[in-house]
Amino acid sequence: MKLINSCALSIIATASVAMLSVASAQTVRIGNQGDALSMDPHSLNESLQLSVTGNVYEPLVGRDSKLQLTPALATGWKQTSPTVWRFELRKGVKFHDGTAFTADDVLFSFARAAGDGSDMKSYTNDIKEVRKQGDHVVEIETKSPFPILPDVISLVYIMSKQWAEANQATRPVDRRKGVENVASFKANGTGPYRLRERQPNVKTTFQRNGNYWGKIEGNVAEIEYTPIGNDATRVAALMSGQVDVIEPVPLQDVARINGSGKAKVMQGPELRTIFLGMDQKRDELVYSNVKGKNPFKDKRVRQAFYQAIDINSIQRVVMRGASTPTALMVAPGITGFDAAMNTRLPYDVEAAKKLLADAGYANGFEVGMNCPNDRYVNDSRICEAVAANLARVGVKVNLQAETKGTYFPKILRRDTSFYLLGWTPGTYDSHNALNALMRCVDDKGGGQFNLGSYCNPKVDELTNKIQSETDKAKRDGMIKEAFKIHADDVGHLPLHQQALAWGVASNVSLVQLADNFMPFRYMSVK
Amino acid sequence: MYKRLVKWFDSDLGHSFKSSPVAMGAALLAFVCVFCAVFAPWVAPHNPFDLATLELGNARLPPAWQAGGNPSFFLGTDDQGRDILSALMYGTRISLAVGLASVILSVLVGVALGLLAGFVGGWLDAFLMRLCDVMLSFPAILVALLIAGVGRALFPNAHDSLAFGVLILSISLTGWVQYARTVRGSTMVERSKEYVQAARVTGVSSARIMRRHVLPNVLGPVLVLATIQVATAIISEATLSFLGVGAPPTSPSLGTLIRVGNDYLFSGEWWITIFPGVMLVVIALSVNLLGDWLRDALNPRLR
Repeated sequence: MKLINSCALSIIATASVAMLSVASAQTVRIGNQGDALSMDPHSLNESLQLSVTGNVYEPLVGRDSKLQLTPALATGWKQTSPTVWRFELRKGVKFHDGTAFTADDVLFSFARAAGDGSDMKSYTNDIKEVRKQGDHVVEIETKSPFPILPDVISLVYIMSKQWAEANQATRPVDRRKGVENVASFKANGTGPYRLRERQPNVKTTFQRNGNYWGKIEGNVAEIEYTPIGNDATRVAALMSGQVDVIEPVPLQDVARINGSGKAKVMQGPELRTIFLGMDQKRDELVYSNVKGKNPFKDKRVRQAFYQAIDINSIQRVVMRGASTPTALMVAPGITGFDAAMNTRLPYDVEAAKKLLADAGYANGFEVGMNCPNDRYVNDSRICEAVAANLARVGVKVNLQAETKGTYFPKILRRDTSFYLLGWTPGTYDSHNALNALMRCVDDKGGGQFNLGSYCNPKVDELTNKIQSETDKAKRDGMIKEAFKIHADDVGHLPLHQQALAWGVASNVSLVQLADNFMPFRYMSVK
Repeated sequence: MYKRLVKWFDSDLGHSFKSSPVAMGAALLAFVCVFCAVFAPWVAPHNPFDLATLELGNARLPPAWQAGGNPSFFLGTDDQGRDILSALMYGTRISLAVGLASVILSVLVGVALGLLAGFVGGWLDAFLMRLCDVMLSFPAILVALLIAGVGRALFPNAHDSLAFGVLILSISLTGWVQYARTVRGSTMVERSKEYVQAARVTGVSSARIMRRHVLPNVLGPVLVLATIQVATAIISEATLSFLGVGAPPTSPSLGTLIRVGNDYLFSGEWWITIFPGVMLVVIALSVNLLGDWLRDALNPRLR
């Protein structure tokens, strides 16, 4: 009897273990390098935060698994006049708390994204007014003809007006300044996953939204999101099965993970372009031994730097093959990218030496270089390799590699002579790169990240025209022309697009987007 | 020179040295390290600090005896194609220089303040010793980090040499406390002895008494302490560089080399971090053993 009893017990135990494993089989645990700083979709314009909150909140116009525009909360949109767009809203959509989605929520969300405390203003800058034309129709009027409006608002997420008002969260707050409100910890969107529990920097749990208006492609019931900052710890967590997905995978561990049989590394090109910039504005460089003049004002010096960089070795050794050398400031996949123009000037040490000699620097010169060491893939190692390349043509680089917390404030003050930066156009359109990186610096936000103040009035003129040109062929032609002028000027030194590297357990499948977003809806567990 | 060496070997100290195999072994190890470091430009097969000679194609080669190794890079190469063996020699040079410089600086400061406190006494003594208490209540590496951080904030785009200056300063400013304490104690003992009183009676000035009479008699313990502190200073330097606030990445010290290699430890490229680590252990161990021996040899009770 006793024996039978224990048998029965063990059967029950086995059964319950089996059930447990079925339940946990539909949970995916994600270990990421960092945490989303807040759950508020308008408080920070940063890829990671928008990627995480994008599972809970949705825009009017979304992007599909190939980054093409797709209807989300709007079922259709059309331009009714050069400056007016009409959006038909999806009917029957409910927020996670059960309230219905209407045009009022759209008006509220756009006002919130454009208002005080919002970091998303760059996406709403060109909007003059959002008008309600019935419960499920809105019209957006832009300040000038704006053909890429649907692209630009694809990251403006819609919140519930009623919920925000009930929770005193009608304005986004900036967590970087230590301010938080209810929307930083709780979320009420329309998306395929709802936020269940939020512990900042510890764990965030998401649960599948059973009442989602659309189809959720994957089968995952629950997502556990954990930040794991240390590279080695994150890899160890994946290998030991503590997490199912990690992002990013350190390049040196790719082979080890692929060889383990427990997990694989998904690699793909990212939309971010890594490049070097040079101070071309000051009459004398701040960090250089050349006094009284600025060598970077001479195109020959800039071109010499360009041709001295052995990009293929950097790609092969520093990036272990996980990068795509580029001649353009935008990546394939960005509107306006033209493969025919993507040819780098050849790597040629002798030519570089000659250019430097022609410019009057036959014996080279010294220049200070600023570089982050924890922002982009192997960023400080890229800078070290560039410093070694430049040493070969006689330029001595005093490299200062530091953490992003001190690096970005410094270069954003333009307190640099030579720097490394990465840029993903948030609108997936070349105009964004032209406007932020390549046009002359003005006080209206133009050239905001053109930290070396490269300036060519012809590029400015084209950038303005591109903004309002509605004819696609003409527009592409102008983008091409602007890129050509910039490349001929050697305005920046483009390096490469780094590759995304996600570590994924063998039983998990998901879709990797080139903008490094990780939508939970495409995740499945076998 | 030779005669003095012979004389030293015949002295008590020399005898104790000859009869201690540990001391001789440690001295030999230390000598090899110092020799390689001092003569690195002539001994090392490559110059790892000359960026122009680095070849990315040579990056991450394993040691020569492993498959894929290259005989001209005996201990392999790091992620930028630097020869590890040469980088070790040059790195040791930086580590030793920073270690010695910071110990000399902290000995100067510590001995001077300790002498003053012990000899003058009174409120000056109380003030200096409370200052020591405060310094001692913080972990040394924390204080060093603070000073290094402040130094970097004051001179954000300093030249490499200034970075080393800040490094030396931050280590020595935490190290002087121990000398001050030791010297103060010995000085208080010496102060009341007859020879000091005799000097005072004959009208010798306080400064001269301190310098000519007390100082030579309190230097014994300082010598022992300084030897051991060299090892501590080298490790502090390595720690600061490991944490990324020390030597600049283009002229790596041992700590920088270990940090760089640390990223690759799990990926099978063990040589980038293991060899600098072993080197650090060897230097610290040999210096510590020498210090231990010196302490025993100078202690009359153990003779």
